[in-house]
Amino acid sequence: MTRDLLWRGMLAGILGALLATLFARGFAEPQIDLAIGYEESHSAPAPQAAPEHAGMAHGEPKEEELVSRDTQKGAGLVTALALYGAAVGGIFSLVFAYGYGRMGHLGPRSFALLLAALTFVLVVVVPAIKYPQTPPAVGKHETVALRTAAYFGMIALSLGAAVVAARIRSVMARPGRGFDATLLGIVIYLGLVGLGQFLLPTINEVPADFPAVLLWKFRVASIGTQLVLWTTIGLAFGLWAERVLRRSKSR
Amino acid sequence: MAVSAAVFDDTFIPVEGAGAIPLEDIAPWAVLGTLLAVIFIYFVSTEQGAFSLFQGMYVHEFVHDGRHLLGFPCH
Repeated sequence: MTRDLLWRGMLAGILGALLATLFARGFAEPQIDLAIGYEESHSAPAPQAAPEHAGMAHGEPKEEELVSRDTQKGAGLVTALALYGAAVGGIFSLVFAYGYGRMGHLGPRSFALLLAALTFVLVVVVPAIKYPQTPPAVGKHETVALRTAAYFGMIALSLGAAVVAARIRSVMARPGRGFDATLLGIVIYLGLVGLGQFLLPTINEVPADFPAVLLWKFRVASIGTQLVLWTTIGLAFGLWAERVLRRSKSR
Repeated sequence: MAVSAAVFDDTFIPVEGAGAIPLEDIAPWAVLGTLLAVIFIYFVSTEQGAFSLFQGMYVHEFVHDGRHLLGFPCH
């Protein structure tokens, strides 16, 4: 049965990625174009001021464009989102397979949607509070390894804290007092995440004159793209999982 | 955890023969799914950014917009 769920989860992720691509084309790409425009307008004078450093500067010379903007916005964007969607959709279906009937007795569609909503908060929203999404022109090339490690660390921290909180919740739960145990779990989660965010390095590489409105719009569009992806996964996978469970029951 | 709400009223469908899907059934697919996910996410998020398996910047530039949008550090 897990096999059937796994490939449906990956498919739901790809479907979500296609819809997320449409959303991103409409709302995020205009911001990325503006950010690249900002980047070019700020890096243009540099080669004249310091010609010997031109090759080492962050932006390579404009003329040798490895991948055109049209490809980045089209095939590149849809490929990146589809790979990500298939990956997270697959993992999502595995968590569903484990949790269905173990974490409460919700129907498959309810459980899938709640699990997707929870994942969206744990993997997208909470890490973004510490390390928000950044458009092109924000971020120094030298620190990319540190920032990558810190970002993955933040996601791991959020998921780990959620697992710890869920464990404590189930240990502390008493009949009729599940509500209190849930509140305790949430407080523990917030405490662990808050402590972790305090300890993780602060990263601020937004140029001083980067347009604030552009940054805001990019981040809203970025979170919106993820919301489309996770909503689709939750709804589509729930429907398909229901069918898988029905079929295996009638067999 | 008996959550029952008027909005989410689809009923629990018991898994055949057990209360939940047995772990022996999940384990092999969990390995496969996790492996695929790690490879996919690596290429979207990290290749030719923090690490490089291949020379050049083609992968980086190809997934560029997606990498920014998904919140991964790009450059």
